[in-house]
Amino acid sequence: MSEIKNNDNPKDESRRNLIKNAAYATAGVGAVCAILPFVDSMNPSKDVQAMASVEVDISNIKVGEEKKVMWRGKPVFIKRRTSQEIEEAQKVELSELKDPQLDSDRVKAGKEEWLITVGICTHLGCVPIGGQGEYKGWFCPCHGSQYDTSGRIRKGPAPKNLEIPPYEFINEKTIKIG
Amino acid sequence: MKKYFLVLLLLPSFAFANANVDPTIDESKITIAIHPKEAKWEFDGFFGRFDRASIQRGYQVYKEVCSACHGMKLMSYRNLQDIGFSEAEVKNIASEYLVTDGPNDDGEMFERAGLPSDKFVGPYANEQAARSANGGAYPPDLSLIIKARHDGPNYVYSLLNGYKDAPEGFEMAVGKNYNPYFEGRQIAMPSPINDDGQVEYKDGTIATKEQMTIDVVNFLQYASEPETEHRKKMGVRTMIFLGILFGLLLSAKRAIWKNVK
Amino acid sequence: MSSHENNENIKNPSSPKEELEVFHSIHNDLDQSITEKSKIAGWINDRLPIVASLENTLKKHPYPKNLSYWWNFGSIAGICLVIQILSGLFLAMHYVPNTKLAFDSVEHIMRDVNYGWLIRYIHAVGASMFFVALYAHMIRSLYYGSYKPPREILWWVGIIIFLLTMATAFMGYVLPWGQMSFWGATVITNLFSAIPLVGESIVQWLWGGFSVDNPTLNRFFVLHFLMPFLIVGIVLLHLLALSTTGSNNPTGVPMKSKKDSISFHPYFTIKDMVGFVVFFIIFGYFLFFYPNALGHPDNYIPANPLVTPAHIVPEWYFLPFYAILRAVPDKLGGVLMMFGAIILLFFLPYLDKSKVRSGAYRPAFQKFFYIFVINFVFLGWLGKSPADGWYVWASRLSTMYYYAYFLLVLPMLPKFEKTLPVPESIDEHYKSKHKH
Repeated sequence: MSEIKNNDNPKDESRRNLIKNAAYATAGVGAVCAILPFVDSMNPSKDVQAMASVEVDISNIKVGEEKKVMWRGKPVFIKRRTSQEIEEAQKVELSELKDPQLDSDRVKAGKEEWLITVGICTHLGCVPIGGQGEYKGWFCPCHGSQYDTSGRIRKGPAPKNLEIPPYEFINEKTIKIG
Repeated sequence: MKKYFLVLLLLPSFAFANANVDPTIDESKITIAIHPKEAKWEFDGFFGRFDRASIQRGYQVYKEVCSACHGMKLMSYRNLQDIGFSEAEVKNIASEYLVTDGPNDDGEMFERAGLPSDKFVGPYANEQAARSANGGAYPPDLSLIIKARHDGPNYVYSLLNGYKDAPEGFEMAVGKNYNPYFEGRQIAMPSPINDDGQVEYKDGTIATKEQMTIDVVNFLQYASEPETEHRKKMGVRTMIFLGILFGLLLSAKRAIWKNVK
Repeated sequence: MSSHENNENIKNPSSPKEELEVFHSIHNDLDQSITEKSKIAGWINDRLPIVASLENTLKKHPYPKNLSYWWNFGSIAGICLVIQILSGLFLAMHYVPNTKLAFDSVEHIMRDVNYGWLIRYIHAVGASMFFVALYAHMIRSLYYGSYKPPREILWWVGIIIFLLTMATAFMGYVLPWGQMSFWGATVITNLFSAIPLVGESIVQWLWGGFSVDNPTLNRFFVLHFLMPFLIVGIVLLHLLALSTTGSNNPTGVPMKSKKDSISFHPYFTIKDMVGFVVFFIIFGYFLFFYPNALGHPDNYIPANPLVTPAHIVPEWYFLPFYAILRAVPDKLGGVLMMFGAIILLFFLPYLDKSKVRSGAYRPAFQKFFYIFVINFVFLGWLGKSPADGWYVWASRLSTMYYYAYFLLVLPMLPKFEKTLPVPESIDEHYKSKHKH
């Protein structure tokens, strides 16, 4: 190639390297900053985020009834339990449970009537059927998992209890899930 | 006649702007729209920002005047939080509207109160219903109106303020209104904003016709381009960064090329 | 090329074949290849020779040391392709190619997708910037004779890239399903009905129906997604052709010795980056502050087959060809003249037989060339003017000059023009310009 006389003294050469490195580093920072919006565009969009929580009117659910709502694309069971169902749930010994959890840890204090669970079997994701099974909770028809009146796994292949979603009582008639 | 208009097209635009002052131009024959008047907009320019107080007033104008005929189906009620309404206010506004939802477990569609996540409820079920209720004319959806018209903000502002009596001899079609800013000069919409005090602003600002048109354009600009502020802020930062990067890269280039003889 | 008596070290190629031979004989000697210096590099290269390949291109291949900034537009166009593919990919994650949902899905991107407005505008403004780069790149080639032997195939592959990019852009503009999307698609696809006998059938086949509708939109989406990857392949062929012939340069005099050349890295890597930043500044100006300046407001109105816009206008980069199309009163004639204007470019190496390659040494050529460029821009302006009155006659005259430039001016110029003396070598020319 052309005579590239590299007759700089070391000072000039290190100065040249400094400028070169500063330029390339800054360009690199710019490139990374340019990629970030693309990555963020794959995060949930604003309309999806707006549906991140859903408010449900529970005023017309009678004792013993169950209402099913959709939350973040998943079914949620809102069960208003009878006093018998509550008693049975509280009686169970932790040692009997595959996934030990007290009933009181799965409901809100003072609102034990209301059991709110995500309606997806923890085995392989089917939707269990309420009011069925030996434990009077839910029965999953896919592989036979059985849940009790607190939604805890008692029999069958499912490893964990039905998930309790984050929720709160906005007032006596309304809960907000998520 | 047509050739005369074409020649006029070549003249500078102010020839038209002053058409109503120049006595030699016969205005009753002109159907070409005049150039919009220019107003000063807070959102213009490299450092443009939203005047949120004005936008909120503009929303009130839209709600009380325009929404009788014009939908805005790309806006969601939750967007109103970006212009300064609180979460509670937004919930309130949304719940005033009835939204069709369903089908329910009986297989029927039903109506429920609006939620912040719902889109703005329009005045008509569909375009055909809108046309049927307005003598065949379709009041356009206003979600993008500012971007859908050349020089959008000034155009809408001029149009709303531009209604006047047709000049003598101008042949008006039935059901149309004269507006020199509209192409063809005959518009189906009658002047929507007329009297001072047509709307009573919640923030106490006096609602003159001028004020209302400015406010509603600010709101429509927000509706068309909600990202305006973010975009311009990012733009200024990016241009500064690129300027610095240019300096660095050019120095590096010169340093590297110094030895090429 | 001028041939004088010279020292035995420098060969003066007098034919394209000789030029290629001389070019291939110049290469930089590296003390040690990176495949020897680095174990990992050697390991990879033994199994897939990409390391040596890259090293060849970046450090061994000779590039003229006198390339001007006009030579930046190739890499700029390349980066535009990358930007379009990247932004397009992320848009496709949210866009729906169905007539009932397309327009709203684009607005969903603009309003709800995080940074969706940014990605959409990058893609829309990026398309325009891509054509700025392409046109500048082609202007460079036209002025400096980069299409002349031995670079004929390089030029032809380039035109194919241009055609594919135009097809891709045309289909992309249909996807938002605005008024201009729909009516632009209707007007341009209807052109094919001008083909005698089979025209109507071809158009229905293109549409997948009896008018532009959902089947059309769906297939345009698929093809718009696919074609850029085809273009990447053709670009690689373009670069392969370039590495075979070597780059042209502002003097038009080929590289004859090591004194004429330098390696791509670090000289042109850094210079390309300077070009990129200037390009991004212009890109950013439109993107952040005037993102809709190069578009049309009517495309923010949802497509309506019952309402035709007052003026149907394609995007700015198509306007000169649109003007040529409308200049001819006959439908088939207009189509032929429009496509002909681009097909003509294929014949350029045989139309311009001047022995002086670079326009820098052809004063008469320069004058006709500048008029050609101004005429092309004027044709663009005519393309968006109404098709009546004096605009019609102006379009016809402009179209005639466009054709006359290639078919009459260029073939005749070599017979009459007085050229300036061409430099002996790149090195000599470079030294005379860089006297410190």
